[in-house]
This record gives sequence, structure tokens and C-alpha cells, in this order.
Amino acid sequence: MFIVAAIAILVALSLAVIRALLGPTVFDRALALNSIGTSAILLLAVFGFLTGRPEFMDIGILYALLNMVGMYAVLKYFRYGDLSHTGEEPAE
Amino acid sequence: MTALDPYILAGLSWALILGGSFFYVTGAIGLTRMPDVFTRMHATSVSETMGASMLILGMMLQSGFNLNTGRLAVILVVLLFTGPMITHALARAAQFAGLKPELANDRTRPARRKPAAKRSPAAREPAKAAKRSAARTRRSGTKSRGGQSSKR
Repeated sequence: MFIVAAIAILVALSLAVIRALLGPTVFDRALALNSIGTSAILLLAVFGFLTGRPEFMDIGILYALLNMVGMYAVLKYFRYGDLSHTGEEPAE
Repeated sequence: MTALDPYILAGLSWALILGGSFFYVTGAIGLTRMPDVFTRMHATSVSETMGASMLILGMMLQSGFNLNTGRLAVILVVLLFTGPMITHALARAAQFAGLKPELANDRTRPARRKPAAKRSPAAREPAKAAKRSAARTRRSGTKSRGGQSSKR
């Protein structure tokens, strides 16, 4: 049962990697990155059930938060070109 | 949960995990095949809400009522909260960068033509087809006027 779920998540992961390689714009790649992150979280939970060690789910919780913060950092870099930008638009 | 028959529980969790896997793969296929950034975001939202929720609910039913269920519930809550946040931020950033959604009116690829036009002999020999259709209208002059004269 969990092997079916693990295979499905791996298939979805490989399809997201294909989109990350193909995507013409940079936002396609960011979207694929988010999808890969969610797949990793679910794959960790399924692994925890398959191997009988529930500690993998704690890593999953941590990575869910890291995924969100990392995506915001990537988007800030896309917009301002600099991670230390204070966010004030220049007055024109 | 302890009062439920274990077979019903196992069957329900099996059904939820299968359904979750199906929605997850569907969302990933949509991510690969959709034509535009914004439609791809729409496809991944399916896999993040329906797929992930059903998978995690199936696993929660499988593990019974202990600490693992609580951990899975925390994962589910975090996913359900951060999924729309990230999608919204991505869409807003894409619009700010100047990407516009691709509308049906300005497709760059031509729509698929009917394949029957290639195989009909009229396409290959237009002169013969014109003669044939002219002969047909001459033979059945009354019928080609819309068929109203035969019915009453």
C-alpha cells in the first residue's frame, strides 16, 4: 500500500524535475521547486511508515517551513536582485 | 476509532491513499503539459490540496491514535496554510515581472485542423470535385433547395 504511494510520489517528482528543466520562464522553475519540496515532505512521511521509524515526520515538518521561507527568499531575489534589499521602491 | 472494524479502517485508508496518489500524479501531469505559468499553478494546487490531504488522511487512519497521527496532522496544517501563500506570492511576482496570462485569442500555435480535409479526394483534385458537385445539384434540383418542398 505504501509502496504504491511512494511510486506515485516519485513519478510526480520526476515530472516536476522535467518541468524545472524545460520551463521557459524562471517562475516555472520556482513553481517546480515548490512542487519538489512538497513531494519530498510526503515522501519522508511515507518512508517513516515503510521503515517503521516515525522520526522522519519531524524532518518533514521542518522542511515544510523551510520550503516556505526559501520560496520567499527566492522570490525576493527575483524581484530585487539582492537579498539584502530593504524593500523600498525608488521614488521616480 | 477503536470501535470501527479493522477491515473497514484498512479499506478506507487504502482507498484514501490510492485516491491521493491519483490526484498527486494528475497534478504533476498538469504541471508538465499546461501551456502557461498561471495554468501550471492551477494544476499544482490540485496536487497540493487534494493529493496531499488524502494521502496524509489515509496515513493517519493507518497509524491509529497515537503521536504519529499528531505529527501528520501538523504536516497537513502547515501544507494547507503555506500552499496558497506560496502560490499567491508566485502569481503576484509573475505579474509584477510582466508575464501575462495566455488567452485563447492570442495563441501562438495554430489550433488543430480537422484531419478529414486531407484525406477527402476533393482536396487532391479540385476540378473533379467541382464537376461532381455540379452534377449532383443538377440531378437533384428540388432536393438541394433545403428539403422544404418534400415535407408538408
